[in-house]
Amino acid sequence: MSSIGTGYDLSASQFSPDGRVFQVEYALKAVENSGTAVGIRGKDGVVFGVEKLITSKLYESGDNKRILNVDKHVGAAFAGLNADARHLVERARDEASSYRHSYGDPIPLRHLTERVSGYVHAHTLYSSVRPFGVSIILGSMEQDGPQMYLIDPSGVSWGYHGCAVGKAKQNAKTEIEKLKMKDMTVRELVKEVAKIIYIVHDEVKDKSFDLELSWVGEITGGKHELVPPEVFVEAEKYAKEALEESDDSDEEDL
Amino acid sequence: MASVGMMTSGFSPAMATPGMSFQDMSAEVSTGTTIMATEFDGGVIIGADSRTTTGAYIANRVTDKLTKVTDYIYCCRSGSAADTQAIADIVKYHNDFHRMEMGEEPLVKTVAHMFKQLCYDYRDQLTAGIIVAGWDKRDGGQVYSIPISGMLQKMPFCTGGSGSTYIYGFVDSQFKPKMSKEESLQFVSKAVSLAINRDGSSGGIIRLAAISKDGVERFTLTGDQLPKFYEDS
Repeated sequence: MSSIGTGYDLSASQFSPDGRVFQVEYALKAVENSGTAVGIRGKDGVVFGVEKLITSKLYESGDNKRILNVDKHVGAAFAGLNADARHLVERARDEASSYRHSYGDPIPLRHLTERVSGYVHAHTLYSSVRPFGVSIILGSMEQDGPQMYLIDPSGVSWGYHGCAVGKAKQNAKTEIEKLKMKDMTVRELVKEVAKIIYIVHDEVKDKSFDLELSWVGEITGGKHELVPPEVFVEAEKYAKEALEESDDSDEEDL
Repeated sequence: MASVGMMTSGFSPAMATPGMSFQDMSAEVSTGTTIMATEFDGGVIIGADSRTTTGAYIANRVTDKLTKVTDYIYCCRSGSAADTQAIADIVKYHNDFHRMEMGEEPLVKTVAHMFKQLCYDYRDQLTAGIIVAGWDKRDGGQVYSIPISGMLQKMPFCTGGSGSTYIYGFVDSQFKPKMSKEESLQFVSKAVSLAINRDGSSGGIIRLAAISKDGVERFTLTGDQLPKFYEDS
């Protein structure tokens, strides 16, 4: 890290001679330090899962949620700086509510993503601001089915069937790719998402974590909400059992 | 302030005669019009008379009160011609922008919502009774009524303007859900014709339009083509 950047990394408004904007790359580092967040789009909805790392036993549980509601039909899961993300989600909420006010209809996620990513991108252009240290996954249920988009600190966005951000995004993506999510319901996916979060969690480096699970789809009547307790318990049980099984088989291999 | 409008303006030259009290001058303006819209199987039919009045004077006898907002959405205007034209222009502008931003045709619901927002926000300054009707790929043919102070209601069919008061009995007895296009055109032309016969501030020809997934088809019924009913001879 010592020599990179050299003079060109102090502002988001200046390129380096080889055409990079270092502030944006550092923002991506902030995202990579965060616990993993996963989103999968199935045939009847979207499921979010987050590995919320607990850095102190003294914290009250359930606080600082990393899955939030944006509008009735839109949810967001994020990885990165909590405070940045909350600001961005607030911005997304304002955009969603302003669209509803103007057009009397819920905002299409494609359009909300355009608005939010435009805002994120604007923070990569000026020396007076720093980029958002956040990658945010937006998911919704719409007339023409479930939608999911990921926005990076650079302000770039893509639509996905399955995506992961944060520490273990590579492992998580590998796990997601094993699924046939296009044929799966959210009821099935919620267990797989829980399993993925448990698989990619590194219990050596990070001790404890809270699992957060949410969904939006036909099952919730098009509303984004945290999964109900009984579903959560079932998914977590499935995840833990799958993990134990793989541990056992690992030992057998030895 | 000579206002040309589809109404009997309180300030129109015809009414501003000497000896008239201030109360009369500021009397509620009436919506001298008959407009109508109805859903049919696959789209909507809209219709209107063609009379624009300035007091007792007919400023235009072949007015087109069916105003285009998008290729698939029209509005029927009643009340002040100036107010409703201005509102329609503003909504059209916003919708053209909205279409570009979204990359697809706006919903009828959205257009109706925009009309309502303007009519409600400026309800103290406007005299506008508007019917929004059209077709979109999500919800098909739809009719929305926005009466004078900016309420918004989705309806299977709807009438408006001063002429509408004379035909409630007719439309309520004759409307059937899921009529064909031809049946609906008949229904609307009969209703507007009856209104024209009884309402002094409605008249002229009948303008009609059918809106469906194929776009807009427009029709006019001239005086000799108006449906005939019982008349005292």
